[in-house]
Amino acid sequence: MSGVPSREVARRVFAAEYNDGSHTFKESDDERAPLYYLLPTGERANRVFLVGTLTETEDVGEDSEYWRGRIVDPTGTFFAYAGQYQPEAAAALRDLSSPAYVAVVGKPRTYETDDGTVNVSVRPESISEVSAGARDRWVAETAERTLDRIEAYDDEANEYGRMARERYDLEIDQYREAVVAALKSLEQGDELGGQETEPPA
Amino acid sequence: MSDVRTHAEEISAQFSDHLDVSVDEIESELRTLVDDYSVPLEEARRSVTSSYLDDAGMDRDELAPGGSESTVVGEIDTDEQWVDLEVQVADLWEPGHDSISQVGLLGDESGTIKFVAFDTSELPELAEGASYALGNVVTDEYEGDYSVKLNRTTTIEELDREVEVGDDGVAVEGALVDLQSGSGLIKRCPDEECTRVLQNGRCSEHGQVDGSFDLRLKAVLDDGDRVQEVIFDEAATASLTGIDLAEAKQMAQDALDTTVVEEEIAARVTGRYYRVYGPEFRRYVLVDEFEELDGAASAEETLIRARSI
Repeated sequence: MSGVPSREVARRVFAAEYNDGSHTFKESDDERAPLYYLLPTGERANRVFLVGTLTETEDVGEDSEYWRGRIVDPTGTFFAYAGQYQPEAAAALRDLSSPAYVAVVGKPRTYETDDGTVNVSVRPESISEVSAGARDRWVAETAERTLDRIEAYDDEANEYGRMARERYDLEIDQYREAVVAALKSLEQGDELGGQETEPPA
Repeated sequence: MSDVRTHAEEISAQFSDHLDVSVDEIESELRTLVDDYSVPLEEARRSVTSSYLDDAGMDRDELAPGGSESTVVGEIDTDEQWVDLEVQVADLWEPGHDSISQVGLLGDESGTIKFVAFDTSELPELAEGASYALGNVVTDEYEGDYSVKLNRTTTIEELDREVEVGDDGVAVEGALVDLQSGSGLIKRCPDEECTRVLQNGRCSEHGQVDGSFDLRLKAVLDDGDRVQEVIFDEAATASLTGIDLAEAKQMAQDALDTTVVEEEIAARVTGRYYRVYGPEFRRYVLVDEFEELDGAASAEETLIRARSI
């Protein structure tokens, strides 16, 4: 249209689903084409937006600073890594004291370990402290978006649903169960004064 | 003015580019059918129109539909419709081309729409702020945006009442996921007609200038399905961030760097949810009003949905 490439939307996905995938792909041979991570519920993700509790930050760098943040949602833990090429996000992880509610905009990254398992992390574009209300809103919104994907998963026209069925051997209903658990945790959070459910190990 | 005369004038307007036929002639033909042969006026009009179509060698669908429909600008959603509007001239712009005599915005209670008038149509000029009844303007569509074109057959009648211009704002919700470059404390070209944002003290039109400071945000709202770029002007930025222009200038002065303003603002707004409301301008929504959103209002409904899948 205007010739300006449209900005990639930031997907909403719970940690339980996010950490289960492994497949990344490009849709063009262009070296600068966007890299997509295939979500287990059948959607391509070039960017994600997540809000959770920052529970731990650690400089895991050897030669230079390389910060790792653990960010917990009602279903699991996201890992965010920021180094010299993400100076603002690295500074945020350095300066924030946990626990704190944080919002992260970032790119999915996959890393294959020596034993062949694939770890999925987030390379943040920004990390900022937000309110408990923003966190609750994110949980409800992410629940809606996840259900949207689950409902569209088997559609003939959904090429990413098909791709997920081919690439992954995962039981989709577990993500619906994760949605239910996440939403129930909101209710409990209200009653019990914001207690978190235990994230799976 | 009689009905017959009105129809004659409309028919004349429809054929003005194609046939040299006077309104009087048309009126007399209509009268013959209506008065002498008791043909209903609409049928008479159809018959007269058909004979002129034959004379001009035209098809009916080449013809501007007569008795164009009266509408409001917010209802315009089809290309090449002939419509009548009652509007106020909300804004006049500098024509970008010699063939264009006037270009600007027309508004009514439903919103605003761009209009263009061409030199060749030889129409009287519209005055900014004045209200008019415009007959026989034609709609145009470009990349999903609608405008109206005034043309030779357009009738212009100044109204003695003022047409209210409503706002045609849209509401957008989402997480604020990014501030684009050019946000925060910026400098604009001091030329009143220009006000372009300076890049390294240079205006792309006027070169090196001594710019004037302004505060604004170009932000991206993202709801997980689609992204929308929005602009907060100085007042909206101050109300959103608690930093006004004077404070922003002070911050920049203390730091000897204008980018501290954007950084501070980013820390305050990124990752938060907002609903904004305002008119669309190109690919942006210009924020008139906004509110921060929090809490999980719809969680119970979503839970019911999740259990029913």
